[in-house]
Order: sequence, then C-alpha cells, then structure tokens
Amino acid sequence: MAEHRRALVIGYGNPGRLDDGLGPALAERLEALALPGVTVEADYQLVVEDAESIARHDVVVFADAHTSIDEPFSFTPVEPVEHVSFSSHSLTPQAVVSLARELFGATAEAYVLAIRGYEFNDFGKGLSPAARANLGEAVESLASMLTRGVFTVTEPGRPLAAAARDKDLTCKTENM
Amino acid sequence: MVAENRKIVIEPVTRVEGHGKVTILLDKDGQVTQARLHIVEFRGFERFIQGRPFWEVPVLVQRLCGICPVSHHLAAAKAMDRIVGAENLTPTAEKMRRLMHYGQTLQSHALHFFHLCSPDLLFGFGSDVATRNIIGVAARFPELAVQGVMMRKFGQEVIKRTAGKKIHGTGAIPGGINKNLSITERDELLADIDQMMEWSRGALKIARDYTLEHLDEVADFGAFRSNHLSIVRSDGAMDLYDGRFRAIDADGDKIFDQVDAQDYLDYLAEDVRSWSYMKFPFIKSLGPDDGWYRVGPLARINACDSIDTPEAEAARKDFMAVTDNKPNNITMAYHWARMIEVLHSAEKINDLLHDDDLQGEDLLTIGERRGEAVGILEAPRGTLIHHYKVNENDQVTMANLIVATTHNNEPMNRAVSKVAKDHLSGVEITEGLLNHVEVAIRAYDPCLSCATHALGRMPLVVELRDHEGTLLSSGAK
Repeated sequence: MAEHRRALVIGYGNPGRLDDGLGPALAERLEALALPGVTVEADYQLVVEDAESIARHDVVVFADAHTSIDEPFSFTPVEPVEHVSFSSHSLTPQAVVSLARELFGATAEAYVLAIRGYEFNDFGKGLSPAARANLGEAVESLASMLTRGVFTVTEPGRPLAAAARDKDLTCKTENM
Repeated sequence: MVAENRKIVIEPVTRVEGHGKVTILLDKDGQVTQARLHIVEFRGFERFIQGRPFWEVPVLVQRLCGICPVSHHLAAAKAMDRIVGAENLTPTAEKMRRLMHYGQTLQSHALHFFHLCSPDLLFGFGSDVATRNIIGVAARFPELAVQGVMMRKFGQEVIKRTAGKKIHGTGAIPGGINKNLSITERDELLADIDQMMEWSRGALKIARDYTLEHLDEVADFGAFRSNHLSIVRSDGAMDLYDGRFRAIDADGDKIFDQVDAQDYLDYLAEDVRSWSYMKFPFIKSLGPDDGWYRVGPLARINACDSIDTPEAEAARKDFMAVTDNKPNNITMAYHWARMIEVLHSAEKINDLLHDDDLQGEDLLTIGERRGEAVGILEAPRGTLIHHYKVNENDQVTMANLIVATTHNNEPMNRAVSKVAKDHLSGVEITEGLLNHVEVAIRAYDPCLSCATHALGRMPLVVELRDHEGTLLSSGAK
C-alpha cells in the first residue's frame, strides 16, 4: 500500500451458495498475495464490528457478488447513508461506513468492488466458470490499485478493467 | 366502495434471498381475515450433505446460516457425538463447547437488541423510519451503539478462541473438541468480561423498563396465548446447551417433560400448507390446530423452573412476577427475556473462564458406533434439532433439521394477523402498518438469512392488489 496507508479488504458472501462466495474467494486470493499494508478479512456478511475495524484503516474495500451489473465487475465509492434493516442481521456497506464514522470517527475512503456472479440458487461449493473469470480480473485490478494506492472508480456502464487498462495501471499479480 | 377479496402483499426479495413476504387477506368488507408470513426455508441443504462423511458435517452445516453458524456447528457435533458413541464428553470438551455456545448467544442477542430492537424501543415503533434505525441510535445514543458493537465483538472473540476462527470454526468434532483454552486466551477474555457483565445489566434494564413503562401498549401488541417449547435440565433449570424437551401450555401446565432428544419424532410433527415453503411444527398429542408453540427466549424463560446464575435468576423472578408466575404470552416480552439470557450468558462465560477444566488436555472420547442420532440445543432464536442417519461407510444418508424460525412459524403468522387486524385502515399500506408488522416479526428475531444476500437484491417491497391481481398501490423500504 502506497504512502503507508492502511487498507482493509472485506470479502463477504456464503461460499456454500455458489457464486455468492465471490467475496470470500477474492479475500482468499488477495490474502495469498500478502500485499504490504493490506489487511484482508472474509465473512458471510457485513457485521457491526466491521465499523470498528474500518476506523483503524485509511481505505476500505467491500467485495461482494452482484447479480446484475455489467461484467466483469464494478468499483464504486461508498457514500454513507442511513439504512433501514428489515429483520436480517446483515448490513450494507453504506450502513457500516456510516456507523464507523458516527461511532468511531472513521475517515477511511470506502469502495464497493461488486463482482458479477450468475449462480445463486443452489447449495454447493465452487464458482461458476464465468464468475471465476470475473474474479480473476477483479483480483488483478484491485491488487494493482492497492499497490499503487490509487483507486479508479468505474464509469457507468464501463467495467473497471477497461478503465484500468486505459490508464496503464501496473499489474503486480502475474503469479495468480 | 371497498373492493372484494383484496390482498396486501409484502413481497420477498427473491426466492433465495431469505427475506419474508407478508400477505394480508381481506374479506369483502375490507376486514382482515388472515395474514400469511412467507419465509423461504431452503430445504436443499439437507440433500446437499447426503453422501458426505459424517465427520465433515459439523463444519459443513455452518454454511447453512451466516447468522448462527455456531449453533449449527454444535448441534451437528452433538449428533455426531452419538454416532461415535461419545455422548458423555470429557469435562474440557463439554465446557469448551459451552463457552463457544454462550459466546454465540451473547453476541447474537446483543446484536439483535442494539442493532434491530433498540431503535423501536428508544424511538417508539411508530416513529419516523428515517431515524428509527441503528444509524439513528448511533447519532442519539452513541454510547449504547458502541456497547452493541463491542459486545458483539467480544462474543465473536469467544467463538474465535473456542472454535478456532470466527467463521467456519472447526473446534467441535465428533466425540469432543480439537483445542483447549490457553491461559493467554483465557486472560484476554477475562480482561473484558466485567465490562460485558455491566453492559448486559444495562441492556436488561432498558428492555425491562421499556416493557413495564409501556405495558398497556405492548401487552396486547401481536399478543396471544400459546404453548411453549424448550430444552430444560433434569432439575428443570434453563440449559441452553443440553437437556431434554419440555412443553407447557399457556397456563404453565406441562404437556410433556424430560423427553429425550432421540424421541422427538414421537412428540413433534410438521404440518404443510400450500402457500408456504416453510413447515409448521406442532405437538403431536394436540394436533396441528392446537399443538403449535413458541420457542426462543420467551419460551425458555416461561418453561424453565429456574436459572443457575444468580443475576439472571433474579431477573427471571422479576419477569415472571409480571404475570403472577404464569407464562408470559406478550410477544414484545421476547426482548426482555432475550436480555435476561444475555446476562445469563455473560455470567456463564465468567464462570467458565474461571474453571481450570478449560485448560485440560483430555479432549476426546469414543464409544460404541451408532447409525442414527439426534443433536439438540437452544440456539439464540430457539430450539434447534439436527437428525442424521449414517451408513456403514460413514456417509450421511439422511438429514432432518428443524430450526427455531420454523418452530416459530405459526406464532409469527399469528402475531402478524393480530397486528394487521388491529392496525390496518383503508386500502393503503401505510408506513405505520409496515412499522407495526415489522416490529411484530422482529420480536421473534427470525433468521431470514440462511441464503444468499448478493448486491442487487431488492429491499422490502410492499404491494396492494385487488382480487384480480391488479396492483392498487405499492411501496418499498
């Protein structure tokens, strides 16, 4: 992580529900890279104590599966907003960031890395081939951004990978 | 002019999302006749584990639910204990599992109270939805919100030190446990336990005072008489980890008591209804119409004779005094009961951390192999039953899981019906009605997350349709 900034990547989802496991899969692959200054966590879903962890970092990236975005992924900033939960204990990135700022004085830049998945309607381990391909591109781009400390958000309707290639971002993940 | 046979539908997110849908049925005069809560129960998981080696199951079942994986981990491990003939664990193994379980209960109850329930209690459940949420609590009551976060974090740390890690723990294995608690781990937890006890007392006071101060309002809110089911110890005391079934009726008379887990099918059955994916359990001797029951904190406090930790026992007596020591059938009293269990869990964690058995080295036991077993415990939301058959090749051939939210299916439907009858006015789905339905369901803390939650799913959607399916109005939140 450039400039000694501390980054937190939270990959979340259920690995037992096919492509819903994209977030934890990204966490696993990113952790294997052991990027300096980057903390990686995996969970089924976002939880309130993530707010406290976020406050100890300068950048946070929430990585999750997405059901309908353009392939292969999107990378967008998180704007803290009030969120109303129905009954589920799960939180949105926006709600967690809001809590982190309200309760723990967090100032971290926050982004959502949404990776396109396809298969969610059954139990089973493993990602679909298309989701696995999207994951590879997502890991590559995120690793590059974390290494450079420069974060490029996607333009509407345009995958980050294309934007990243245009900007000639350095890729540090040849061994993946 | 009121249209005939209208339906008010609170749509699910999707079939796999796990959220609920509420359909409120009106008669031709516009009066509520029934409300149906549709919660998707994904039974496919039981097929998923068929053919798997039995020793993998305590780890595999954690994939069932991101909210209470520890409960499934332990219930499956308890069943597999019997498969390997090791239902009598070593003291170290049983106490490590209990510590894990009380950590889970503390964090789950604290999360529910501070994150989901406290906005209703602190702001009033008719208040503006824009502030009646955890963000609103953080703004108005930051100390309380921080307590919720830190209690949840403490519970997760207990789980991490007993299960090996916070998610996908491997601590409980057939016949015992795979680690003890080191002195360092014990001391790290002991450093925070006094604070947890203090915050638990504070949360209990909020829930108790709210209930008593608003008794006129909450006594009838989504309330109804019901049977109650729980696990109790041999002396009738509350035991969240182990024991036998007890069922009582709305007046406290025992329907059955000290029923062995292995015999649950002789006492409980599940009804099926065409409009719901989720089954409706009932007590066999009473039949489906009269045999439905509640589980969870309210049922446990009602069913037990005592609690074996002093502060929680004092709180139980205080709670029971409100209804002259008869079962409390007030739906909103779930919150008070839940906080009694938070304090009980903190007390049990404190006791266990001072028990040298946790540093023991004797972790496993084994006995005569069996082909079928049932494991039960009281998960945070209520009684959890895991039933397995295993063949001679060690493969699971049958699995049947009954989770707390399924036990509470009929009561939640009753609660929503009661609220709808009391609060529906006209043909519009008002914010007030939504709030009240939400509060009634939330009292049961149903687990609606045993599924995927990927980004892009819609939040709660509400639709009002007439008898021909024409959309009259809709809303989302």
